[in-house]
Amino acid sequence: MELTQEEKDMLAGRYGEGTALAMKIQVGIGEAFDAGRMVAITRAHVALSAQDADLWFVEKLLNKGARCKVPPTVNPSIDLAYLNQHLFQIPKEGVDIVSATNEAYRRIGATLTFDCTPYLQQNIPAYGEIVAFSESSATPYVNSVLGARSNRESSQSALCAAVTGRVAEYGLLLDEQRRAEIRVDVSARIETDFDYQLLGWCYPLKHKGLEVPVFTGIRKRPTPEGFMNFGAQLNTSGAVSMYHIAGITPEAPSLDAALGGRPFKQRVEITESDLDHVRQQICGEPGKIDFAMFGCPHLSIRQVAEIAEVLEGKRLKIDFWVLTSSLTRELAGRMGYLQTIQRAGGHIVADTCIDVPPCWQPYYGRTGVTDSPKCAYYNEIRKIKFIIRPLKECVEAAIRGEVLR
Amino acid sequence: MRAEGLQNVTCRKIAEGKAEGEAIVSTDAICFYLVEPETGIVIEKHHALEGQSIAGKILVMPSGKGSSVVQADGLYKLMKHDKAPKGMIVEYPDPVLVSSAIVMEIPTVMRVGKEFYERVRTGSYITVDADNQLVSIRGTQP
Repeated sequence: MELTQEEKDMLAGRYGEGTALAMKIQVGIGEAFDAGRMVAITRAHVALSAQDADLWFVEKLLNKGARCKVPPTVNPSIDLAYLNQHLFQIPKEGVDIVSATNEAYRRIGATLTFDCTPYLQQNIPAYGEIVAFSESSATPYVNSVLGARSNRESSQSALCAAVTGRVAEYGLLLDEQRRAEIRVDVSARIETDFDYQLLGWCYPLKHKGLEVPVFTGIRKRPTPEGFMNFGAQLNTSGAVSMYHIAGITPEAPSLDAALGGRPFKQRVEITESDLDHVRQQICGEPGKIDFAMFGCPHLSIRQVAEIAEVLEGKRLKIDFWVLTSSLTRELAGRMGYLQTIQRAGGHIVADTCIDVPPCWQPYYGRTGVTDSPKCAYYNEIRKIKFIIRPLKECVEAAIRGEVLR
Repeated sequence: MRAEGLQNVTCRKIAEGKAEGEAIVSTDAICFYLVEPETGIVIEKHHALEGQSIAGKILVMPSGKGSSVVQADGLYKLMKHDKAPKGMIVEYPDPVLVSSAIVMEIPTVMRVGKEFYERVRTGSYITVDADNQLVSIRGTQP
């Protein structure tokens, strides 16, 4: 890989040891993917997680003197004060790791948005912009829906990019590699936001390669939340960082345009019975539930409104958590949704992730309901079982304390 | 029965270093978060390696999967318990897996010749030399 003098100086430590380490990792990635050079980024998003590896790595860079050249937005952490007041006394090790992580990211120069949907607010790249976005729902969204260019960064590589202000030029940064190679014919009916959860989960089960797919047969434009769900599941069930929907996404005005005029390498079909199979495999049987959890990824104001509408004048039987950004929570208060949800006995908690280990301990071994397969998948390790249903059905189930069908 | 060996198949370095040990071959993508940190046993339901341990092995896999957070953290926790794979051989590397391997300093390679995949089995004894970009099979562990 050809480096500029400035990049060589970074690697040699002239900008400090922290920048040198970040550069070494990025050069390693560039070499593994045959990058010819590095290019400047204008934005970054780091999937902060307040887990062991996350804190270890950010402190390692920080202690070596690294600072972000491009201030990244960051993923959710935990609102310690809120959960302490409303759920349980968070164990000391949890408080310690969350506080230390937040502080380390502040000091390294991140913007503490604590939100996993930066592409909907606060950090929205434009068409063609080169960025380094980690976070499974974010990478496919900025590539596919916005037409910006990011590889599937890890939280570590995105932080390195924020420090150096550069990324290696390879993969989805190149025109050639953004073209679709897999044609996916969807004959299943895809209409609701929840249908995109299932479709997103299904595709990687049918095709394991990492080529860019183009989906055909989808006629109605997905909502932002539909797109958000689609990317989150595609990139959790598999590792899909970019997709096209023929006639809908910006780099796919037509099927032929998405394919770049080349023949496709493989054709995959997704039928109603494929989605039924996914539903049977992951959604779970009806039954009693102990709690409800939403916000993986963080819910938008429209989804919060949908929940509030169902809860108007109702009373929840079980614990009920809506996770979103601090801005959306603020807006929900202004719109009265927050009060409706609180009157029903539910919570909206900002800045918080479903997946920060010590924080949801009271639910270990219990059964919840959620609309997100990703939320269910990452909690398998904590023996939390989730029944997965469309958002509105989840809220109705939470009023009863039971999923009926 | 001893499987035949295979010497010095060329490959491409992902993360520097050298490792040798028993292979464990997965036909499914790996998410390190769904591997139990204390034992190295894959706990993901319906996974090809469900119930098997990757601890101290050379992990041969098609690709990584899962969000950027969980790959690195899963691998880090395995390392803390000394249950990480010793080396990794990947068919379709993605940037998340590559950066995790470099950051955690686990010798990892890609683009290993077809003859390797025809020969390698779970239990084969393998050498991964990322620095010299070579992989060898020394037959099956007796």
